[in-house]
Amino acid sequence: MSTATGDGRTNYLNAASSVKSWLLTVDHKRIAILYLASITFFFLLGSIFAGMVRVSLLSPYGDLLQAETYNKMFTMHGITMIFFFLIPSIPAVLGNFLVPIMIGARDLAFPRINLLSWYIYVVGGLFTLTAGVLGGVDTGWTFYTPYSSTYSNTNVMLTAVGVFITGFSSILTGLNFIVTIHKMRAPGMTWSRLPLFVWAQYATSLIMILGTPVVAITLVLVALERGLRIGIFDPALGGDPLLFQHLFWFYSHPAVYIMILPSMGVVSELIACFSRKRIFGYGFVAFSSLAIAVLGFLVWGHHMFVSGQSVYAGLIFSLLSFLVAIPSAIKVFNWTATMYKGSISFEAPMLYAFGFIGLFTIGGLTGLFLANLGTDVHLHDTYFVVAHFHYIMVGGAIMGFLGGLHFWWPKMTGRMYPATLARAAALILFVGFNLTFFPQFILGFLGLPRRYHVYPPEFQVLNVLSTAGASILGLGYLLALIYLLWSLRYGAAAEANPWAAVGLEWEIASPPPTDNFDKTPVVTREAYAYDQAEPHAAPEVSRA
Amino acid sequence: MAGQVDALLLFLVAVSVFFAGLIFVLVTVFAIKYRRRSADERPRPIHGSLGLELTWTIIPLALAMVMFGWGAWVYISLSSPPADAIEIFVVGKQWMWKLQHPDGQREINELHVPVGRTVKLTMTSEDVIHSFFVPAFRIKKDVLPGRYTTAWFQATKAGEYRLFCTQYCGTSHADMVGRIVVMEPSAYEAWLRGGGMIESPAAAGLRLFQQFGCIGCHLPDGKGRAPSLVGLFGKKVTLATKQTVIADEAYIRESIVDPQAKIAAGYEPVMPTFKGLITEDGLAQIIAYIKSLGTEQKTKAE
Repeated sequence: MSTATGDGRTNYLNAASSVKSWLLTVDHKRIAILYLASITFFFLLGSIFAGMVRVSLLSPYGDLLQAETYNKMFTMHGITMIFFFLIPSIPAVLGNFLVPIMIGARDLAFPRINLLSWYIYVVGGLFTLTAGVLGGVDTGWTFYTPYSSTYSNTNVMLTAVGVFITGFSSILTGLNFIVTIHKMRAPGMTWSRLPLFVWAQYATSLIMILGTPVVAITLVLVALERGLRIGIFDPALGGDPLLFQHLFWFYSHPAVYIMILPSMGVVSELIACFSRKRIFGYGFVAFSSLAIAVLGFLVWGHHMFVSGQSVYAGLIFSLLSFLVAIPSAIKVFNWTATMYKGSISFEAPMLYAFGFIGLFTIGGLTGLFLANLGTDVHLHDTYFVVAHFHYIMVGGAIMGFLGGLHFWWPKMTGRMYPATLARAAALILFVGFNLTFFPQFILGFLGLPRRYHVYPPEFQVLNVLSTAGASILGLGYLLALIYLLWSLRYGAAAEANPWAAVGLEWEIASPPPTDNFDKTPVVTREAYAYDQAEPHAAPEVSRA
Repeated sequence: MAGQVDALLLFLVAVSVFFAGLIFVLVTVFAIKYRRRSADERPRPIHGSLGLELTWTIIPLALAMVMFGWGAWVYISLSSPPADAIEIFVVGKQWMWKLQHPDGQREINELHVPVGRTVKLTMTSEDVIHSFFVPAFRIKKDVLPGRYTTAWFQATKAGEYRLFCTQYCGTSHADMVGRIVVMEPSAYEAWLRGGGMIESPAAAGLRLFQQFGCIGCHLPDGKGRAPSLVGLFGKKVTLATKQTVIADEAYIRESIVDPQAKIAAGYEPVMPTFKGLITEDGLAQIIAYIKSLGTEQKTKAE
C-alpha cells in the first residue's frame, strides 16, 4: 500500500513499513486494514462459489456441475460469505477503524486482544480453507442434523472447527467495543452525543457476545455426535434433530442483525452528511438498534414453522417476528424524514445509501411474508427466502459496507477514488442486484425449492435472468475493486474532511496519525450539528 | 386452503407495495426537491417529532397485528385436518418418497388421490430430515426421523401437481421429486382396483403383531401382563406418573421403540424395545392394526 500523504506528516500508514510492523501491530487502524484485506479475499472466494452456482443454474438439467459439486458450491458460498465476510465486514473493518476515533479515544480498550481476534479469524479461515481444498463440505451453511452429524461424507468436522474458531474473533471484537464505548469516551461525548454508527456497533457487539457462544457450543455438539457417536441430534442414537435447529437459529437469526445493524449505522452517517442535517429522531434511531438486538434473540423459531415444532410455539414466534419489524420500519421512516428540507448531494457514498434504503425496504417487507404463519408454509425453503435474505444481506449489508467504505476511504487511505466511476459502480450494483434477486421472489412463489441442482424446465427463464443479473453484479464489484486499488497509488491526496462532514474522525488528518489525537478532544456539540459546521473548511478541533 | 393462503398473500403484497412505494416516492421527491443548489447551504436542523414517531410506530404495528392474526388463523386451519380423511402414510428416505394408501396400495414418488376428498398425510423419515411440499396446494411440512408429522389437503381440480422435497437432504436432494395425480372419483376407484389383491396395512400389522410376540402380553381381554389394545386408539391413557396422554400415532410409535418412556398406570415396565427391529413401514402397519381394533369414538358407540 502506498503511504505517501499530502502534507508528508507521519501517519499510521507510513509510521513503519516492515511486514513485522503490520503483523505485530496493535494499532486499531492497522488491524482494520488487515481485516479489510482478509475479508476481501474471502469475499472474492465466496463470489466465485456464487458464480459457479449461478452459471450451473442456467440449465435446468445441471449440465455444468455434478450434484455433489453443486451442493458443495452453495454450501461454501454461504459459509464463506456469512462467517468470513458479512459478520466481520463492518464491525472488524469500519468499526475497528472508526469506533475509537469517533468517541475521541486513542485506541480500543484492549489493543492486543484486538490483534488476537484477527489471528483467530485467520486460523479459523485456514481450517475452513483446508476443508475446501480437501474436497469441501456439502451440508449447507446451516449444518442441519442428522444430515451433518451422521450422513454427510464431506469435511464437516474441519469446517465446523473453522467456524467455531472464527466465532471467538467476533466475541473478542464485541467485548472490545463494549468496553471501549463504555469507558473511553472523550470528555463531553455523552451517550446522547454518540454517532449512530457507534450505537449500531454497540448493539451489534451485544449480539456477538451473547449469541456466538451458542453456535460454538452447537457445533461442538455436532462434532461430538459425528466423532464419538454421542446421541444428541440423531434420533437413531436417541437424539432430537429439532434441538439442533433451535440452538443453531438462536445464534443465526441474531447473526442476521450482526450483519445488518452496522450497515444501518453507516447509513445514518451517510444520510446525515449528504443531507447536511441532523438525523431526524436521533433517539428513536439509536434505541431501535437496541430494540432490534434484544428482540432479535426471541424470534429464532420463525425458521421452524414447518419443522414440526408445536403450533403454539409457531404463534409466539410469529408474533415476536412481527414486533422486530417495527424498529426497522422506524429507522427507514426517520432516514427519509432526515432528507426533508435538507441539502442533498449525490456523492458515491450517498448513492449507496439510497440503494440501501430501497433494497432494505424490499428485503424488510418481504420478511413479513415469512414472519407470517399462513404464507411462510408455502414460501419456506423456496427461492423466495433466498431472495429475501439476499435483499437484506447483499442489498442491505453489503450496500451499507460499500457506502461506508467509500465514505471513509479517504480517511483510511489518504486517497480519493475517481468519483464518476464510483457513482457508476453504485448504479451498476443496484441494477445488477435487482436483476439477480427480484426474479427469485417469483421463482419462490411459483414453488421452486432452494438448494436444487436441477429443476423443472418451466423455471428456466427466470433463472437465466437471475444469472444475467449476477454477471452485472460481478462486474460492479470488480469495477469497485479496481478503482479502489488504483486510488491507493494514483488517487488524489485526500483532505482531512473531503465531504464537509461533522464528527471527530473528520477533525484529524487523512490518514490519521498513529495516536489519532494529539490532545484528547473535548466534545461540546451533539452529533450531526451540521448547522454549526462550516460548509467548506474542516471545522476546528475543540480542545480543552 | 390454497385460496385462503393466496388471499392473505395478496393482502401482504398490497401493504408492501404501498409502503415500498411511499418510501420510494418520498426519497425521490426529497432528493430532487432538496438537492444541493449551492455549496454554502446550511439547512435548519429538525430534531424530530414525537407525533410522527408515534404515527409510524403505531400504524405499522396495527397492520402487523392484522397480518399476524390472519396468518395465525390460516396456519391453525393448515394444522387441523378435517375428520373423515383418506389417510396416507408417507416415508421419506434419501432420495425417494414412499407412500401407502389405507387399503395397502403402495406408490413411489407418486400419489393418486380423488378430487374433492380430504387427504391426510402421516409422515416420517428413515434417515435425515426431508420436507413434503406441494406448491399448488400451498402445503409444506418437514418429515423427520423418529417422529410423525402430519399435513392435509383437498384437491379441487383433477390434474398432476408437482411434489418437491424442500429440506436439503444430501446429494440427490433435487431428484427427490414426484407428482400428485388428482383423479375423478370414478377413475380413482378404477386405479385402486388395478392394484390387484393387496394385503391391507392392518392385516400386515396383525401378522407383525403375532410375529414379534406382542400378542403374548397384550391380550384382548386385558388379563395379560400388558394393557389390552382394543379400543385404545384416540383414548386418554393414564400413565404411572399420573399424567395422561392421548394414544395417537406418535404415542404408539414411541411405546414400541422406547417402551420405558411412558408406562401405562398399573403395569410393570417389562416390555423390551423393538427399536431397529421393525421398519418404519412395519411400525405404521402395527399402528394401522391397533387402529383397526376400534377407536375411542367407536367403543363409545358400541
